[in-house]
Amino acid sequence: MTPADIIAKLESQFGSKITAKNAEAIDPFVTVEATALAEVCRFLRDELHFEMLNCISGVDYLEPDAKKAPKAGFEPHGEVVYHLSSFSVRPINRATNRPGILRFVVKVSVPRWKHGKVGELPEVPSVTSIWGGAEWHEREVYDLTGVWFTGHPELTRILLADDWEGHPLRKDYEFPLEYHGIRGR
Amino acid sequence: MGWLEGRFEESVMVTTLEQGIAWARESSMWPMTFGLACCAIEMMAVGASRYDIDRFGAGAFRATPRQADLMIVAGTVNMKMASRVRRLYNQMPDPKFVIAMGACTCGGGPYYKYGYNVVKGVDLVVPVDVYVPGCPPRPEALLEGLMRIQDKVRGMKYLTKGQVVEVPIPSRTGYVQLPPELDDPDPVRALEKQLAFAKKQKELATPAKA
Repeated sequence: MTPADIIAKLESQFGSKITAKNAEAIDPFVTVEATALAEVCRFLRDELHFEMLNCISGVDYLEPDAKKAPKAGFEPHGEVVYHLSSFSVRPINRATNRPGILRFVVKVSVPRWKHGKVGELPEVPSVTSIWGGAEWHEREVYDLTGVWFTGHPELTRILLADDWEGHPLRKDYEFPLEYHGIRGR
Repeated sequence: MGWLEGRFEESVMVTTLEQGIAWARESSMWPMTFGLACCAIEMMAVGASRYDIDRFGAGAFRATPRQADLMIVAGTVNMKMASRVRRLYNQMPDPKFVIAMGACTCGGGPYYKYGYNVVKGVDLVVPVDVYVPGCPPRPEALLEGLMRIQDKVRGMKYLTKGQVVEVPIPSRTGYVQLPPELDDPDPVRALEKQLAFAKKQKELATPAKA
């Protein structure tokens, strides 16, 4: 099963819910609408045998420098990236002539803030019911880049303290001047 | 003890009680196991056979602050850990000493500029007696730091001069102390005063045109 086959199956199943695709990239991916994420992921696990969720990454596309912003090549937005791999489908790797690993990437594009209101986190449906390992990954993405996963059993900060303000890996994050009486910078 | 020496039999040693206490104390420092990051590996090497901190009487690493009198803060202290560091320090019995080991604990180190989560020096949290810089410091450097602590203990005069003045926690706030003419209870007005002062200084510094 090649990446092109996977993308063709997803397109025949979900049609317009898949907004972008690339089968030639090093990590072939599709971009899906946030509302369809859960069903696409369930289809990928049950029908296409992607049993393993390697990682979830939050990406903040923003050029904080106003001068460089027009040349940045993207509109300000956020992205959540899911890296999947399969245990049961092992295509032959042509370089080594041994069973390789089938990988696939699902991306979800989100606004930086929900409804454009600063402070309201963008929402993405949780995939914890599909891959149990997603629980801590989603907590980390929420902690550092500020994406709210609806349906997560306990979405709290995982690395930073519970009373921390802001999400540090956002490009426009401002460092705290003080935290509980300790100088921050 | 000059005038007393040599007046007694051999194998009799004369000293003062104070020096005796200091000698006993400096020869058996009990450090607390406090490895927070990579510097802890180097601290373990100091405890192991090659460098052997036990030669200087500080090899009894304790896992509880209540049995320790030396805190070797080895590794990056982050904001979440800072309150725990302070609590553990408070739980140690007096007299207590702190070694800040490594660049991170001395002043933030590599995380100084972009470490949103790192305390810029553990002296913002607990009073530090000896700083051992390095990333990480060589084991010899930590042994040197221990010897400076021992110097400090040797210099303590409990009986004749009383207890050491207690250092407030933290001993250094990290904020710049403003001179009274530039300070103001209202931060906005204080900032205005400082900016005006800075502008005036800049004008004074520019060379007059010939």
